[in-house]
Amino acid sequence: MTKVYEKSPAFFETFDRKPGQQHTTHYCPGCGHGTLNKIMADLVAELGIQDQTIYVGPVGCGVFIYYYFEGACASAAHGRASAVATGISRSNPDGIVVSYQGDGDLAAIGTGNAIHAANRGENMIVFFVNNNLYGMTGGQMAPTTLLEQKTSTSPYGRSEINDGYPLRMSEMMAGLEAPTLVARVGVNNPKNIRQAVKVIRKGLEIQRDKKGYVFIEVMSQCPTNWKKDPVEACEWIDDVVCKQYPLGVFKDLTDERQAQRRPRREVEFAAVAKQLGLRGDDDTGLDKMTLPQPEMRFKFAGFGGQGVLSLGLMVAQMATERNMEVTWLPSYGPEMRGGVANSSVVIGENPIGTPVVDVPDVLVALNRPSMDKLSPLVKEDGLIVYNSSLIDQIPADLKGKVCPLPATTLAAEAGTVKAANVVVLGFVARMTGIFTLAELEEFLCETFKKPALQEINLKAVAAGWNAAEAFI
Amino acid sequence: MKKLVKGNEAVVIGALVAGCDAYYGYPITPASEIAHAASEHFLPLGKVFVQAECEVGAINMVFGSASSGLRTLTASSGPGISLKMEGISYLAGAELPCVIVNVQRVGPGLGNIGPEQGDYFQVVKGGGHGDYRNIVLAPASVEETYRMTIQAFDLADRWRTPVFILTDATLGQMMEPIDIRQEKIEKIDKPWALTAEEASNQNLITSIYLDFDDMEAHIEKLHKKYRKITETEASAEVFGDPDPQIVLTGYGITSRLLRSTVDELNARGIRAALIRPKTLWPFPEKIYQETVKESVPVLSVEMSRGQFIEDVRLALPRHKVSWYGRVGGNLPEIETLVARAEQCLKEATND
Repeated sequence: MTKVYEKSPAFFETFDRKPGQQHTTHYCPGCGHGTLNKIMADLVAELGIQDQTIYVGPVGCGVFIYYYFEGACASAAHGRASAVATGISRSNPDGIVVSYQGDGDLAAIGTGNAIHAANRGENMIVFFVNNNLYGMTGGQMAPTTLLEQKTSTSPYGRSEINDGYPLRMSEMMAGLEAPTLVARVGVNNPKNIRQAVKVIRKGLEIQRDKKGYVFIEVMSQCPTNWKKDPVEACEWIDDVVCKQYPLGVFKDLTDERQAQRRPRREVEFAAVAKQLGLRGDDDTGLDKMTLPQPEMRFKFAGFGGQGVLSLGLMVAQMATERNMEVTWLPSYGPEMRGGVANSSVVIGENPIGTPVVDVPDVLVALNRPSMDKLSPLVKEDGLIVYNSSLIDQIPADLKGKVCPLPATTLAAEAGTVKAANVVVLGFVARMTGIFTLAELEEFLCETFKKPALQEINLKAVAAGWNAAEAFI
Repeated sequence: MKKLVKGNEAVVIGALVAGCDAYYGYPITPASEIAHAASEHFLPLGKVFVQAECEVGAINMVFGSASSGLRTLTASSGPGISLKMEGISYLAGAELPCVIVNVQRVGPGLGNIGPEQGDYFQVVKGGGHGDYRNIVLAPASVEETYRMTIQAFDLADRWRTPVFILTDATLGQMMEPIDIRQEKIEKIDKPWALTAEEASNQNLITSIYLDFDDMEAHIEKLHKKYRKITETEASAEVFGDPDPQIVLTGYGITSRLLRSTVDELNARGIRAALIRPKTLWPFPEKIYQETVKESVPVLSVEMSRGQFIEDVRLALPRHKVSWYGRVGGNLPEIETLVARAEQCLKEATND
């Protein structure tokens, strides 16, 4: 005798969900899920893709699909199957990823994740099982519930005023550019089942061929929550439900779509080092800096746009190349108000404690608000450099050495007021003895590759360096 | 080679050195530089980078990616971490290894983008629903952010559990040199992973156990694992005087401030030490008990109104532990910390 039909090998031999019930599913009699599961398993076997297929189950009536399909499975949080399937699909470019979701899961709590997976054109097939309510949790209203339909949370019938209108997901998905195939099918009668098999086969072939995202909405009868017998429920799909949710193929770009691959590589450290622009050798060839004291704390302050963050960064970068302990911290919070920005830099011979500079050894103030606020904090033996081009009055009784530097004017003479921070760099380096002019010049040439910019910055740093002459 | 980078960039460089395969994330200040650096480096290297539609999407992509056996990273800041918490509970329940970075900002609510440590309970005590734990690493420098990111991937794989790196706006935004070189990585086989091969046909990644006894057994198994982690992975640094009159304690950026405070106290002739937990869960209780002698006062400092101090008090139930902190985006000032420590010592002497 020839067997003409047998249980798909894509199903487990026995369903080990509950002892004594190893040949039945948990679906209610007459439910559409069982028919859909059979179609899926038959086609997975027919196309020979069982080993590549990875299933993502939802929270809802589809939650137990992992007991039935013999394949790698993950169970997602409620609504998140499309996001989980995205992670699995990107991780397994050779996999065939099935996201199995209900209408509460996909059309309510997980709408965002579903639409964006579709919009990215993930290589995955989504089965959207629409029985127009929450089946598993007790028949509550879903976004897909029909107007006037009674459910456990729409006891007077769904009203458009209170609950809005039934959501047509397939029509929405078909409006997106990325999906390859979008269709709505039924599993309530032989004719619809034959059409469903055709569409699902195509969807799985698209997955096999890596041609992108497939969305198949499956209208499923729910005799239990609809309070109908299975025959009535199947008829209700044709007579009522499909008036709101017409069956059909809404989008099909199978023929024009090319395979879209997102290959993934594992790389060695050498490739990482190259990507990060690391030099092969460890040694910069430069000696450690000689600091006037074991730790120097700098504060560079001014208007946003005066380059105080990058001034700090230049000092920190040069100190890093000299193998010093360094911290650079940009200003935050209230200090940012009024357009005043600052950066704190600490250079040390030993590991640095706080990167916050409450009491600076060196303060650079490029505008008056920062001079007024920060100069009284400087130490007795500290250094205060202020931009005398913009600051005409300074607080009385300041401690430390106070040096006016016409930074903006000198920078303008060098070619642009934007180089005021480089003027200061030259000045501070000479006053503190932390870098030589040659070191500054070498660093600026590495930083500014364009000849015109290089010239301006070299002029600016020299101007600052020379201006320090008067204070030494 | 030494490179001057932001703390947030150090996370990505550490991940690359650790062989991280995938990044999924959503932009948020002050964590966004992590996504910037990941997008810059992951794609050219053939690694996965997806900017998710939302934090919830991102953490569930992490779930899918970790299920597939990839070394997976995501990062966010407080409000985003709140959104991720459901997913993190699922990751813990399904025993999926992954690394999650929280660059703490100020809360509750929208708060602001300054530094704070108000997410301590959220991250260290779980955060999502159910009876689970996360390993939580607390770096105090950019270099340590880099090192701990590498370590986090090994810990996650070793224990099949999510690992948090808890930094803050200051550590994320500040720059320090890090020493980047090839590191020894513990890459282990993951026979449980979901792959496109026959070998994984029986594999199931889930956190559902409908049978009460099965669920109880699963939770027992998790907690047996957590006990082992507690025994083996708790870690802290002790700094300062070996025979202290006063002990200061704090984690992350706060411990950097306390390091300077201890130096200042020692310079003033006060024997002070610092205990700086490197792991917040497991909490290094034993190190506290071994370091703090009887009747030595403890000043616990945090940028939150009394979260971290609860764990310090649990570790030292018979000691006088005082609290000090600043919130709202403010960092404590060294001068104030020194004065507080002196006051604690004075009160202890008078007692």
